[in-house]
Amino acid sequence: MQYLVSVIDDKSNPGSTDRQPAISAFNERLIAEGYWVFAGGLASPDAATVIDNRGGEAVFSDGPFVESKEYLAGVWVWEAPDLDVALKLAAEASKVCDRKIEVRPFQ
Amino acid sequence: MNRVDVREAVTRAHHEEWARVVAALTRRFGDLGIAEEAAAEAFATAVERWPADGVPPNPGAWLTTTAGRKAIDRIRRENKRDDKQKEAQLLYDDDPPEPVDAIDDDRLRLIFTCCHPALAMQTRVALTLRMVAGLTVPEIARAFLVAESTMGQRITRAKAKIKAARIPYRVPSAEDLPARVSGVLAVLYLVFNEGYLATGPDTDPVRPGLTAEAIRLTRLIRSLMPGDGEVAGLLALMLLIEARRPARVSAGGELVTLDEQDRGAWDAALIAEGHRLVRERLAAAAAGVAPGRYQILAAINAVHTSARDIRDTDWSQVLALYDQLIRLDTSPIIALNRAIAVAELDGPDVALAAVDRLEDKLAGYHAYHATRADLLRRLGRSQQSRAAYDKAIELAGNTAETAYLTRRRDQLR
Repeated sequence: MQYLVSVIDDKSNPGSTDRQPAISAFNERLIAEGYWVFAGGLASPDAATVIDNRGGEAVFSDGPFVESKEYLAGVWVWEAPDLDVALKLAAEASKVCDRKIEVRPFQ
Repeated sequence: MNRVDVREAVTRAHHEEWARVVAALTRRFGDLGIAEEAAAEAFATAVERWPADGVPPNPGAWLTTTAGRKAIDRIRRENKRDDKQKEAQLLYDDDPPEPVDAIDDDRLRLIFTCCHPALAMQTRVALTLRMVAGLTVPEIARAFLVAESTMGQRITRAKAKIKAARIPYRVPSAEDLPARVSGVLAVLYLVFNEGYLATGPDTDPVRPGLTAEAIRLTRLIRSLMPGDGEVAGLLALMLLIEARRPARVSAGGELVTLDEQDRGAWDAALIAEGHRLVRERLAAAAAGVAPGRYQILAAINAVHTSARDIRDTDWSQVLALYDQLIRLDTSPIIALNRAIAVAELDGPDVALAAVDRLEDKLAGYHAYHATRADLLRRLGRSQQSRAAYDKAIELAGNTAETAYLTRRRDQLR
């Protein structure tokens, strides 16, 4: 079972910025234990562009599709046997990243 | 066998076997929804057939087998395109032999899945009452004063989440067990309290159906986890509170506080059972097992129910237990209840000072104002007492409490 694991940051109360070494170590462990599928940190939401080509021509708009105080700072994809395993890892991930984590199953 | 006997047999089977049937089917088919529907169909078939065919010698086995067949029929109907191989597997799996403890284990799995921390609290409550207790959706909706469609949706969404997110169907590992058990107990205590202190302006002040259901479920968990101290503690706590129910609301629908209750009306059998459990836990504590919050709350209730008269209450014991509880649970509500014991030992002025320190946290809680009102009344500060009663009445949601508070306020001079 694969889970999308989102790291959520908060503009008004951002997590600390010195987490990279701890995150790298955590990633090593995820790989060693067979949970790791993909990981990536994201640039600021200000760098996003939204494209809408449902009409006659593609419309580009500057910025994220939804403006909010909380935003997606990075993602993982984990392979885990069930939600309990994913939640346990997510609890560690939240500490390691110093941010909130959302766990959402793929269909 | 006459119709009344058959109806009783079905009701008894429903009480005793529902959770077992749902639990066994969930494990076999890996789907709560299929298990729930097939179990309901099997009970409907029992209602139809038992009057003519007689009650089977082993109703639980009959219901499990019938429900298993119903589930297979349902899966076949829904998966007509499914390959023959899968169907053959289902056929092969008909009536697998199951040792007794494996079935008990299934019911525990069911309970832990329904009370999973990834589900919202109100969802856990609804799902537990439906899947484990076997209440119908309309019954649960009525108990929690929400529309049937809302409750139905809540349960449907929960089943979908369990499936989509793959919430496992198992008893948690030893390492996670204490936290998960306390999550299950929180669900049961919430059901009990909603029955005991029902909220809502037009509802009965007590809903014995819910307290009885909570006690039944806690007894079930106790039988499955006899060694767990907190399970025993919660069961004792519920029994000792339930024992006082006959004396707690007057004929006129008014709350009767502990000091004014007719102690002769308390249920002696429930008190005896509660006290037995508390003694069992005290023995464990003496052997070095630290008690959790439900055990301490049960012990406090045991002190109260041991006194033949309010004047015989061992308040220093009550206070010592609250001091122990406060180390585990820093909730301001515990501090508020502790202050009531302080009032008895050190006087209402000392207690009032302690209560006033809780204002920040409890200003929106009716019992805070009711406690203050009572302490101010005892100190002869009528005007302030009246204002506190007004506030308590405004915030109280239980009709019997409102009636009691109103009378106390109107008695002030």
